[in-house]
Amino acid sequence: MDKQTKKILLDPLHVANPITLQVLGICSALAVTTKLESALVMSAALMFVLTSSNFIISALRNRIPGSIRIITQLAVIASLVIIADQVMRAFLFDVSKQLAVYVGLIITNCIVMGRAEAFAMANPPLKSALDGFANSLGYSLILVYVAFFRELLGSGKVMGHEVLASVRNEGWYTPNGLMVLSPGAFFLIGLFIWVQRSLAPEIQEKD
Amino acid sequence: MELINLAIKAIFIENMALAFFLGMCSFLAVSKKVETANGLGLAVVFVLTIVTPINALIQNYLLEEGALTWALGAEKAAEIDLSFLGFIAFIATIAAVVQIVEMTIDRFSPALYAALGVFLPLIAVNCAILGSSLFMVQREYDVLQSLVFGFGSGVGFWLAIIALAAIREKLKYSNVPPGLRGLGITFITTGLMSLGFMIFGGIQL
Repeated sequence: MDKQTKKILLDPLHVANPITLQVLGICSALAVTTKLESALVMSAALMFVLTSSNFIISALRNRIPGSIRIITQLAVIASLVIIADQVMRAFLFDVSKQLAVYVGLIITNCIVMGRAEAFAMANPPLKSALDGFANSLGYSLILVYVAFFRELLGSGKVMGHEVLASVRNEGWYTPNGLMVLSPGAFFLIGLFIWVQRSLAPEIQEKD
Repeated sequence: MELINLAIKAIFIENMALAFFLGMCSFLAVSKKVETANGLGLAVVFVLTIVTPINALIQNYLLEEGALTWALGAEKAAEIDLSFLGFIAFIATIAAVVQIVEMTIDRFSPALYAALGVFLPLIAVNCAILGSSLFMVQREYDVLQSLVFGFGSGVGFWLAIIALAAIREKLKYSNVPPGLRGLGITFITTGLMSLGFMIFGGIQL
């Protein structure tokens, strides 16, 4: 693997993570992470949309006039999201009910637009697809971390199986309700950023 | 009365930014100064109030199952369900309205245009806008209700982003641990704000 490919593949996991450093795609990262299962499904949907949208937009990049590029990109992305949404409704109806409007919101998920603008418009298709894949991996990493702790501490479960015996079922663990509510997600991501930036001082912000 | 309740609910109890995490990207990125936050907030209120009822019209008279009754007659229309086209129709409406609003403001009120600046075009990809259209579909609001809901959601976002920007301006003078500076402490602040907004959750309307 040459150096550039490695950079495209590995940077989004750590030093250029879409959520904690590029500040992209935060809405869904916070909203779908009360359960690990929905976080995994959301990650898979985003991975499909981002990889294919980067590939398609990159293949079209020389034919898209600059003045209407945003709406062209949105049309490509919206069509892909419709496909993902219909597939999920057909095969994973329960999860798609839980994710509710957030599947549709992949369209305005800034990761997709951001990568299309920043990378796919200037690079060949295969490289762009790789970039999309790597960025969606970086996104999934945060989603899985947040969802794991929210589900574990908030309801004592992992993937719906009880791990910490909850007091509701005559166990010892008192579920921490804060984790299920929205502030829990903010605190968890805040802590993640703190640890990540303490380990790698070069990505700390100056002020 | 029902409409006032709907507006209060959209502004406080179901705050777009703090309860549904919508529009988070711009919420965190454009909240360094109160002045710019105010500009973005106003632009969001403006666009949401226009776009949500238009999308409600599209949903009720074009896309929904049986919505084409006015054009094809009840029998034929009942077979047509275009709701899967919702996403692409809504985002196209939003992009088009944002463009029209931008040109209109530029023509009639250059001062307002200068104040809103780059935020207007950016709003096309703000998830709070598309999100409120999708909520409108999910909760089956009619046109008037969507107008109130769109306005309320916008005001809620405006309120939240100004509050965050004010806190961040004060935070500049405090000694934050190096790893938390910038984005990290903003997340924790937003978490605390969202905790604060939860007191509205108990209100029965």
